[in-house]
Amino acid sequence: MFLINCPYCGERDQQEFKAGGEAHIERPKQPTELSDDEWAEYLFMRKNIKGVQFERWNHAHGCRKWFNMVRDTSNDEIKAIYKMGEKPPSQ
Amino acid sequence: MTKNLRIKSSEYIDETNRISFKFNGKTYHGFKGDTLASALLANDVHLVGRSFKYHRPRGIMTSGSEEPNAIVQVNPGTNRTEPNVRATEVEIYEGLEASSQNCWPSVEFDIGGINNFLSPFFPAGFYYKTFMWPASFWEKYEFFIRHSAGLGKSPTTTDPDIYDHRNVHCDVLVVGAGISGIMAAKNAAKNNFKTLLVEEKNELGGSTIYENNEFNKIDNKAPSEWLKKEIEELKNIKNLEIKTRTSVAAYHQYNYLLARENLTDHLEAKDKTNKIRQRLLKIRAKKVILATGALERPLIFNNNDRPGIMLSSAIKKYSEFYGVACGSKNVFFTNNDSAYESAMSLYNKGINVEAIIDIREQSESKIVKKVKEAGIKIYWSHSIVNTTGYKRLNSISIMKLSNDGTSVTGSKISISCDCLGVAGGWTPAVHLYTQSGSKLKFDEEKKVFLPNQNTSEQISVGSCGGDFKIDEIIKNLNQKLKDTLNINETDLDSIKVEIDQENSKRNIWLLPSDKPLGKTKPFVDYQNDATAKDIKLALREGFRSIEHVKRYTTTGMGTDQGKLGNMHALGIIADTAGVKMGELGTTTFRPPYTPLTFGTIVGRNVGKFFDIFRRTPMNDWHVENKAEFENVGQWKRAWYYPINGETMHQAVQRESKAARESAGILDASTLGKIDIQGSDASEFLNRVYTNAWSKLAIGKCRYGLMLNEDGMVYDDGVTTRLGENHYIMTTTTGGAANVLGKLEDYLQTEWPELDVYLTSVTDHYATASLCGPYSKKILKKIIPDLDLSDENFPHMSFKESKIGNIQCRIMRISFTGEHSYEINVQASYGKDLWEKCIEAGKEFNITPYGTETMHLLRAEKGFIIVGQDTDGTMTPIDLQMDWIVSKKKYDFIGKRSLYRSDTMREDRKQLVGLLTDDPNIVLEEGAQIVSELNQSPVEMLGHVTSSYFSPNLKKSIALAVVRGGKDMMGKKLFVPMENKNINVTVANPVFYDEKNERLNA
Repeated sequence: MFLINCPYCGERDQQEFKAGGEAHIERPKQPTELSDDEWAEYLFMRKNIKGVQFERWNHAHGCRKWFNMVRDTSNDEIKAIYKMGEKPPSQ
Repeated sequence: MTKNLRIKSSEYIDETNRISFKFNGKTYHGFKGDTLASALLANDVHLVGRSFKYHRPRGIMTSGSEEPNAIVQVNPGTNRTEPNVRATEVEIYEGLEASSQNCWPSVEFDIGGINNFLSPFFPAGFYYKTFMWPASFWEKYEFFIRHSAGLGKSPTTTDPDIYDHRNVHCDVLVVGAGISGIMAAKNAAKNNFKTLLVEEKNELGGSTIYENNEFNKIDNKAPSEWLKKEIEELKNIKNLEIKTRTSVAAYHQYNYLLARENLTDHLEAKDKTNKIRQRLLKIRAKKVILATGALERPLIFNNNDRPGIMLSSAIKKYSEFYGVACGSKNVFFTNNDSAYESAMSLYNKGINVEAIIDIREQSESKIVKKVKEAGIKIYWSHSIVNTTGYKRLNSISIMKLSNDGTSVTGSKISISCDCLGVAGGWTPAVHLYTQSGSKLKFDEEKKVFLPNQNTSEQISVGSCGGDFKIDEIIKNLNQKLKDTLNINETDLDSIKVEIDQENSKRNIWLLPSDKPLGKTKPFVDYQNDATAKDIKLALREGFRSIEHVKRYTTTGMGTDQGKLGNMHALGIIADTAGVKMGELGTTTFRPPYTPLTFGTIVGRNVGKFFDIFRRTPMNDWHVENKAEFENVGQWKRAWYYPINGETMHQAVQRESKAARESAGILDASTLGKIDIQGSDASEFLNRVYTNAWSKLAIGKCRYGLMLNEDGMVYDDGVTTRLGENHYIMTTTTGGAANVLGKLEDYLQTEWPELDVYLTSVTDHYATASLCGPYSKKILKKIIPDLDLSDENFPHMSFKESKIGNIQCRIMRISFTGEHSYEINVQASYGKDLWEKCIEAGKEFNITPYGTETMHLLRAEKGFIIVGQDTDGTMTPIDLQMDWIVSKKKYDFIGKRSLYRSDTMREDRKQLVGLLTDDPNIVLEEGAQIVSELNQSPVEMLGHVTSSYFSPNLKKSIALAVVRGGKDMMGKKLFVPMENKNINVTVANPVFYDEKNERLNA
């Protein structure tokens, strides 16, 4: 059970949060311009890294805010947490 | 008459408080302070159970939670019965009953014991190999296998006890209250860390509290005396909470631990009532100090499992702590010095010690000399090659061990004895450490796995950290405490320790016998009857991974998780495969450390607290009027309202007719409601719904369909424009929370530039949906001043009004196809609103209807229910709802996906109506649809999604999804059922009032 440092509320138990998949996948501004393959790339393709992964998390049972997390999936170490719109920390 | 083996009184046993208890139906006596195991041993009872596979007689082996053999059924036949309880952990009380498990008809005469003689036919993997053929016989085999599987009996009646959960936060959690744990907790608390010390036993002090080696001194005192003084001082320390009878079951990431606090198991039945039996502590600790100690290892030799063969350390604890001699003719078998301490404990109390068999060449420590002086015979470089005695050990035979330790030589010496203490060295209890994700490293010198890489703020101190001598323990504990707590001085700085402990040890994982391995029974896992030869067989058959060997031989898979034998299993594998222990790794230690009851896991979430449920403000009325309820998400919704013993079908037919012919009323409070405000609210709706919203006038309502980004229908509902920048959105009952979450996601992450605020107001409003030809008249009676004319208040519009003094929002919208109104009031007035409607509607035959009638009425109109007629694979085009998909809008969620080659296929499953050729046959929802009957295999075209008998049309109607169904209008299809084929015709899904004339009726 992680202890997650919500950037708005502080440290809270994992059960207050919802994981939201890979981070930094921007919704295309002009979807109609995209080929089927390009749209499918956005829609379906996600990484599943053993190691350092950038993820979206939501404080679903708290402030309801979304934020980003850098997590090592091999040992569940949370390396960084930052707000939506902020640049990911360089490795 | 059984022997009394109680020796000189112990301060932990209250001999003035005599307790009687029953074991296997026979009454025995013990004293307050005894465990079931110590009390039985005092009565000279060793035989307590039968092993799992061979049904071999087994006795008490240990004095703690690592016990593999003495697992008993407590209070059999009562509603408090519990199987698989370790006799070594049961504190006795007046009236306690316990019985052996896994034996029939009795532990003394067990028919399953025949398995022991058939054991050559039960090698590792016996079940996998035997019950494979013929495959069709599996069902027959299964009956017998299931019958013989499992240990003990589950209770069959409701658990009368209360269980509890509690969240605990602390700066420092110390697990284990031996010498290390006590000193760690004391120093943490003294330095203002909020500290929790948990101990699985009922007494503090661990093994030091009964330490008897006269050559060991702390501050010139016996370690036990010194520690008692330290424990006494704990009482005066602030910031320190101590919980005994509390066992940590699991250690998760980020220092989150689960512990079971046992509150009433040691009490008499009359004192258990109305108290919390066990409490699960959910602990989040900033720092964790593991002081879980070490478990003594047995030695692996031929027939090492007979009742009377015990761990040497257990014999010492029974003697020193419980005042019980485990036998009258004792022998010890050891590879290190610790057996000598146990021997001296017995000797000093006048108990006969026949001999010590030591596989080492020699040892010169003071304690060994002391044993020699006492005249106890020591056999150096000897090993036990066999033991005898079926239900109780009666002799051992020993032989000289070769220099390389792989064979025995010389003549066999037989020694008569009734108790054998084995001492194979110590294994640090690193179970919790590894559960936390931390990594171990094998120490070749000490032959133990030790903590190596920590994943969270934690330290392992004392013997679980690899320190076995008191001076090392104190020194390393002191340094670790200073480092981890960031303090400069501790109480340990000034402690003087004198010791005579020598760590000399000769480690041989599997001891040889004069017979070949195949003819011997050296047990590695006592509970699961896995022997060294099973492990070697697994290796011969090609298993290499430790995890595979474990599963194939079941080593370490019992309720004790192989706490005693796992190291030997690894050692034997490493020796046989010719690899180093470190390369082999370990098996995974999984929670719980000791079994938890289901009660502890579920806590208070039983009965009506099993799951959260939600009730509408009108709920009491539904209950009073005998509604049947159904679960919709977490909601309890009125399903139908039977009167005069009606069946569900009869009630629904009556309700449906009334709703169309006079008036009906539905509790629609459960629909999700989201308040949307902000200057970009209209633009936001444009982006989340498939249709256009910019031109919706204030005071008007519109139906919207929401897709996922993959183009599939996600939710639907009516949204009303309350003001220029203010909307109220309704969602499906089950989808409310997810829709809000999804909208928030887009707002926060994709469109942060939009000025939009979302608030869930589902619980803030109660909603009554009034429908039918008389609905207008009924509403008029309730709100006489409101102009209800079609000109002023047309279909799909909204009015703010008042019922008496109560503010209300009224939407003229319809899910039934009838003229209808949804009236919303503040939730607390919901029941009042409902009763007013019922009262006003009496003269118009107003009929409350539930969700079943609602489903029927909307099906007559061909309105979909998201989640019933859709399943996450239906686009609006598949639903034949092209009309709601804007062609003009540049973008909305899911738009691009509607133009993917796959979503544009003509032969997708599409929503159609189905009419049975025989109008009285109602199709089953979920039934498959085919176009051919004489083909095999036949292609499944789709399935029925909604099906009812319509009282208004007087025929059966159904909605279905059918491949290419859009172009099949009028086509004959078949619904094959178990006993018949039903002929159906594809029809328009709008069965009733296709021109929507009734909306204005």
